[in-house]
Amino acid sequence: MAKVSIERLKKTFGSAVAVSDFSLDIADGELVAFLGPSGCGKTTTLRMIAGFIEPTAGTIHIGDDDVTHMPVHKRNTGMVFQRYALFPHMTVSQNVLFGLEMHKVPAAERDKRMRAALDMVRMSQFHDRYPRQLSGGQQQRVAIARALAIQPRVFLLDEPLSNLDAKLRVEVREEIRDLQRDLGLTTVFVTHDQEEALAIADRMAIMHDGKVQQIGSPEALYERPANLFVADFLGKMNFFEGAISETGKFLTTHQHQIVIDGADRSVKKVGVRPERITLSSQPQGPNTLSGTVDTAIYLGSMIDIRVRLDSGESMSAQVSNRGGDHIRHLAEGARVHASFAPADCVLFSE
Amino acid sequence: MQTTASADVRLVSTTAPRRKPRTPWATWLHRIFVVLMYLFMLSPLIFVVWLSFFKDAILYFPPSGYTLSWYQKAVTDSAFVNGFITSLQVAVIASLCGVMLGVAASLGIIRYAFKGNNLVNTLLLSPLLVPGIVAGVAIYLAYLQVENLLDMDVVGTYGGLVLAHICLTIPWTVRLVSASMHGLDPSIVEAARNLGASPRVAFWRVTLPLLRPAIVAASLFSFVVSFENLELSLSLVGPGRTTLPIAIMQYLEFNLDPTIAAVSAIQILLLGIVMLVTDRFVKLSQVV
Repeated sequence: MAKVSIERLKKTFGSAVAVSDFSLDIADGELVAFLGPSGCGKTTTLRMIAGFIEPTAGTIHIGDDDVTHMPVHKRNTGMVFQRYALFPHMTVSQNVLFGLEMHKVPAAERDKRMRAALDMVRMSQFHDRYPRQLSGGQQQRVAIARALAIQPRVFLLDEPLSNLDAKLRVEVREEIRDLQRDLGLTTVFVTHDQEEALAIADRMAIMHDGKVQQIGSPEALYERPANLFVADFLGKMNFFEGAISETGKFLTTHQHQIVIDGADRSVKKVGVRPERITLSSQPQGPNTLSGTVDTAIYLGSMIDIRVRLDSGESMSAQVSNRGGDHIRHLAEGARVHASFAPADCVLFSE
Repeated sequence: MQTTASADVRLVSTTAPRRKPRTPWATWLHRIFVVLMYLFMLSPLIFVVWLSFFKDAILYFPPSGYTLSWYQKAVTDSAFVNGFITSLQVAVIASLCGVMLGVAASLGIIRYAFKGNNLVNTLLLSPLLVPGIVAGVAIYLAYLQVENLLDMDVVGTYGGLVLAHICLTIPWTVRLVSASMHGLDPSIVEAARNLGASPRVAFWRVTLPLLRPAIVAASLFSFVVSFENLELSLSLVGPGRTTLPIAIMQYLEFNLDPTIAAVSAIQILLLGIVMLVTDRFVKLSQVV
């Protein structure tokens, strides 16, 4: 495995900018997830690493080699595609052997490595089946084995789970994560599913409109989003617009006073995650906003509550479902007081 | 629900003798219609084959007896034998060249979205739209111009005939192969490239095998279209180089005996065998 460094990568299609100013260093054995809405440039970037798309500007290094203009078949990356992309005219073992043959692995060793790769994904017993005889999850496992059998320097996954059903998605995701850790694979994982990215990534890069918004560990991105896009894209957030008042508190446009840590003149917005809000029948703590329950949506483990504040704004809160009488006072129309700690406020200056 | 249903069945089967469900009249009507349609489509073939065994030299109905002598005449008549050989040669060469060119053209049209690829596609299919006789005359006139320019024979040569037949076969290949290529997931070829295959290797080892059914079907159609073509060839053949359809037509001008029927029956049989053999390897119904 090898590290990957991407420097000021840019891709334009005609006048449309697909990716701009993308810089990232991926450490040896690290899993980085590219996360973003569709059209954000995450797949384009992955395909530039694989070599399917020629960058307009910038460089890509794998290990110490500059691969920016190297043809696809010489890069030695192992890619897994969204729609499996197995060779339909070859059996499972022939699919895996193809890459080994291309890499000029001695014939005697090919079989051994093919078997090892299939064992790794528990697909050995299906070695003589054709792809059409396998389920989606099985096909994707074979695709993973095929990509890893060639011992690639970088493991690339392009939305590998989005064609699988929910339960299988989690299963294969964990398998990928285990393989990645055990083999120490330098991995780029493209997804539009934030839960997937949070669960699997060492670091994630959130992209929007061809630009990287923030790079960091899942925790850092969730707890300390760098901008409004990241805050809004990753999970949910309530926003209050306003400005810092003379007293050092944040005064919202609806005249709420919010106590925040480290007030700075540039703060224009304050955000609070719904699950950090406590709903109670009595006011408590420094930041308490009063209102009535507008809607309460039962989500099983959670209850999603929309509160209409007395000032007319609405905010959402999430309460974990602990059963019993605990949620009775949250019936629609009930009076509640929403409170949150100053430490849970995220400050934005945009 | 399950138990009541099975109880009902048992009740019926024990109390009343089992009766076959009656076929509604609409189903019968449908079946009769299907049989009639098949008869209608096959009637020319059936009659040709039947006629080829008639004893009488002048078609007469009902025949006074049956004979195989027309078949003997057909396979010994030099005009038919030479025509058959010419047609076979032209059809094989034309379909081989046409398929190669057609595959290359489809690859270009589908794979590379260049400006005007729709126009090229339409142009390549256009020989299907032009009546054969018009195309034949047009090609003849074009060849005359080329003869004048290059001072060499084109009309009446093998090369000239084969070239015209290649034009005839290309649309079939382009149609079939580009449809098949359209349904091909591009990431399959990308996967091959990613695993270390150069563009050339990926084409031979992955793209081509996946297009095999379409290519086999295209070859078959090209062969048949070229082999039985009359109109285009009419103005392009030279003395001593008539194709089988032209030999048949020339024979018809002065004779009306069942030799023609025998020749046609042999041709039908041969093409039928080719189709059946092809179908053993590639299910034509999946491509066409």
